Amino acid sequence: MSRKDPLIIQPLSSEEITAIENEVSHLPFRDAAAIDALKIVQAHRGWVSDESLAAIARLLDMSIEELDAIATFYNLIFRHPVGEKVILFCDSVSCWLMGGDNICDHIRQKLDIDYGGTTADGRYTLLPVTCLGDCDHAPAMMVGDELHHDLTPAAIDQILVKGNHNE
Amino acid sequence: MSDRPLTRNIDPVAGPTWIKTYEANDGYQAVRETIGQRSPADVLDMVRESNLRGRGGAGFPTGMKWSFVPMGKTDGHKYLVCNADEMEPGTFKDRIILEYDPHQLIEGMILSAYTIAADVGYIFIRDEYHVATRRLRQAIAEAEQKGYLGNDILGTGYDFHLYVHVSAGRYICGEETALLNSLEGKRATPRAKPPFPQVSGLFGRPTIVNNVETLCNITHIVGKGPDWFKSLGLGDDSGTKLFGASGKVKRPGCWELPMGTTIGEIIEDHAGGMREGLALKGFLPGGASTDFLLPEHLDLRMDYDTIMQAGSRMGTGTMIIMDDKTCPVAMVRNLEMFFARESCGFCTPCREGLPWIFRILDDIEEGRGMPEDMEVLDRQGRFIGAIGNTHCAHAPGAIEPLSSAIRYFREDFEQHIQGKRCPYAGG
Repeated sequence: MSRKDPLIIQPLSSEEITAIENEVSHLPFRDAAAIDALKIVQAHRGWVSDESLAAIARLLDMSIEELDAIATFYNLIFRHPVGEKVILFCDSVSCWLMGGDNICDHIRQKLDIDYGGTTADGRYTLLPVTCLGDCDHAPAMMVGDELHHDLTPAAIDQILVKGNHNE
Repeated sequence: MSDRPLTRNIDPVAGPTWIKTYEANDGYQAVRETIGQRSPADVLDMVRESNLRGRGGAGFPTGMKWSFVPMGKTDGHKYLVCNADEMEPGTFKDRIILEYDPHQLIEGMILSAYTIAADVGYIFIRDEYHVATRRLRQAIAEAEQKGYLGNDILGTGYDFHLYVHVSAGRYICGEETALLNSLEGKRATPRAKPPFPQVSGLFGRPTIVNNVETLCNITHIVGKGPDWFKSLGLGDDSGTKLFGASGKVKRPGCWELPMGTTIGEIIEDHAGGMREGLALKGFLPGGASTDFLLPEHLDLRMDYDTIMQAGSRMGTGTMIIMDDKTCPVAMVRNLEMFFARESCGFCTPCREGLPWIFRILDDIEEGRGMPEDMEVLDRQGRFIGAIGNTHCAHAPGAIEPLSSAIRYFREDFEQHIQGKRCPYAGG
């Protein structure tokens, strides 16, 4: 289901509820599926709204506050809308040693956003991330589900342009 | 007989090793010879005898860790959890196994689970490892189809179900009790110990958490015996290890080498030495939370105890190399920014102390440092670096690179403060 599907108007779709109940079925407690449920909703919608969060809490017999405390703990659960693709830029030490800061500055300038920002066209959100485990090819980043490494300003221009062409 | 058991099936050019090739290469032989054939107590003896130590960074003897689990069948579940939450900055070893030889891990997990009589296993993997997650799930499906996983494994009556759990982020999930809270759907706050997970772990049940590389070694220890495994090490420790080097060396990479290989051999021979025009100034031997070592330590063997005696830790065995054109203050600032951000926030010394340290380092690096700042860093380091003053080992780990940097590169810090600028900037 696409994130832009106009059919998603209710806080949880039947498809999402089925997927969440499937997770619940192999766990000893309903609330043990909290993180899985947040991820399922995020996979469908790109982020987790207040309305969806409240609906998940009801479904898992949790208070809204309890679930939001979990949702806001994890850096890959988004409680605000994000762009179509999230750029996770590694700001850990091996990438830093290899000039990661300069590459990130290049991305910021090119997209005209800082960490936490989303481009005006809604295409990209830029976030820092902990070491991506690709240190022999530093600097590295994820764009959506794809890992990119050995980054240079020229490579960034290609990757982000290539993204544009895919639309 | 291969002396590189962990990487023998790994060939990134050929792609992942699926079950047909894995079996053709003696894969699942150890499972066939063990499940229902040997007693779990015998397997535990082999692991103890092998002197295998945990490859996630702490180096705790695996056999001893397992021996604290109530043995035999119990009412209710026992769990085996694989920590595949590889997130220690500068560490890039488990990913290679997960992506290219997922069956090696699955086989190791079946053997380990059998030893402690666990009936359910989880592979806790970080979200960003999409490729590894896909391949693991496919490999688990293959193993289930062949009867190596599921109910009544190979007709022996032993049941073991294995699931992949994809995380939602945060470095602290790598701490084993934080990982268990996260697997239970909670915030990843580390738990107080005791009780230890072996007695009361996931959902209050006996649980073992082991690193990917640790579990993979079990396959070979059981398959070829503890004596063979011990013979692989060059020094005091057994087996081989995935060592790595990143930073400005000629050939950054990850290599399976005998335990006890010298640091100099790893940096000079395997990583090709420093890039032209650069000299080695220092290095973190096993990830962000290990103390700096110096060029004078190149002759040391990469063994848990040897590196400990030199004042650091072997950690994950993947070294982060600092060259002489890189500012040590800026490097430590980067490390402490990471540790401050990744504090779980549960205990005050870590939650408040690490951002304080980061801000002071930022001031010093940016030319705003004061002479008193060094005292604050020393005092903070002693306070939150001491095990027992914080809830878990996160803050003490954060202090390791800081206090060692101050010990070895104090002049660099003082030059920043006196000159009110970074002497490396614009150089």
